[in-house]
Amino acid sequence: MPRPIRVLVAKPGLDGHDRGAKVVAAALRDAGMEVIYTGLHQTPEMIATAAVQEDVDVVGLSILSGAHMTLFPRVRELLHVAGRDDILLTGGGIIPQSDMEALQRTGVGRLFGPGTSTGDLVRYIREWFAERQPQDA
Amino acid sequence: MTSAALLAEFRARRPAALARAISIVENRRPGFEAILAALYPSTGRARRIGVTGPPGAGKSTLTAQLTSAWRAAGHTVGIVAVDPTSPYTGGALLGDRIRMEAVALDDGVYIRSLATRGAGGGMSAAAADAADVLDAFGFDRVIIETVGVGQSELDVAQATDSCLLVLVPESGDAIQALKAGLMEVADLFVVNKADRPGADQIRRDIEFTLRLRAAPAAAVPRAPAPWTPPVLATAAVTGTGIADVLGALDAHYAYLFETGSLAERRRARLQARVVDIVDRRMRERMWEDAAATTWLAGQLDALAARETTPFAVADALLARPGGLGRRTP
Repeated sequence: MPRPIRVLVAKPGLDGHDRGAKVVAAALRDAGMEVIYTGLHQTPEMIATAAVQEDVDVVGLSILSGAHMTLFPRVRELLHVAGRDDILLTGGGIIPQSDMEALQRTGVGRLFGPGTSTGDLVRYIREWFAERQPQDA
Repeated sequence: MTSAALLAEFRARRPAALARAISIVENRRPGFEAILAALYPSTGRARRIGVTGPPGAGKSTLTAQLTSAWRAAGHTVGIVAVDPTSPYTGGALLGDRIRMEAVALDDGVYIRSLATRGAGGGMSAAAADAADVLDAFGFDRVIIETVGVGQSELDVAQATDSCLLVLVPESGDAIQALKAGLMEVADLFVVNKADRPGADQIRRDIEFTLRLRAAPAAAVPRAPAPWTPPVLATAAVTGTGIADVLGALDAHYAYLFETGSLAERRRARLQARVVDIVDRRMRERMWEDAAATTWLAGQLDALAARETTPFAVADALLARPGGLGRRTP
């Protein structure tokens, strides 16, 4: 039996709007994934530590504060230091298209703007997981 | 990564290797038995504590408070937090880390969320294995936190040295369940959110129920004297009463140690583990043979027509060539 995809959904930074993150967490759960939800105001260090401890496949960040150009690269870097470059770092929020493209060039996955259907996100994660090199766990 | 490379990383105390080892064990990936076997000699050092109770009782908050206190005393802590898998989608929302933020960045703390993945009670089948892995990694304390829904209290009690049942003033119905026989599994009762009305009442109810149970034992003094579970009050959010819980856990551990019950309990746990492995192996051996399933499907008409019985079919299955053999009377 295939194991469930494990996803960390985190809300970094100072903005307190977590409805989007909760909707995404519930949608991924309903799509059969195991979602670790860590709540508001997470630092990049907390997110990377949780991702490593939970041995997730995917980290999804919800960022509405405008700090995405700092937060995504920082989490990517901390995952690299922990030896977990294989984790897909994705997310969404209020992020201009040009920033999304710039982040994707630095190893961040697809980013989703407001109005994205949760189905698109589920499909994206499933397709990424299916295409990825088979892991030993 | 090969098992040998993983074990080397594990022994070098790389958190990613610990996390991966737990995943392999949880997913029953090829080689998981070899990993558990390699780690087995390093197990048996951690004190294992179970934290169980109804949803929303404050188990995660209490777990975080106990962890902070143990860290302050210099002990490292590994936590396995078990939450239910949806039986409809197979997905799970694991939110215990939200309440454990205070210890999330501590190098001496490792938190792992597991979903029950179809395990009958509230406890993941892999939780006991994950506890072994954490024990082998060298954590001084291993906490298994799980939602109590009946059977799972028994599972968590069996997997730990001390089992703590967390209730809240609103848990009146839970007391009824306790009277029905779940009382025995708890070594410690904690009435959390004790700043709310009704806390004293529920403590009295638990103590009364415990005395009913203890009465016959008191009439015939035995050595060692039986452990009487203390009933403590906490407000885990503020930390009120946490020192009492720590003291009671230490007292219980001292009791277990001095009476020899600790060794007895751990041996019983090992026995249960072997029985569990045998059960699983027999089940796999039986059903990995597709012919067995096909043969069973062929018996359904006769069963439905009441021409044979489920017992006869089961015995015939077991007696098939390559089956597990019939139990000799």
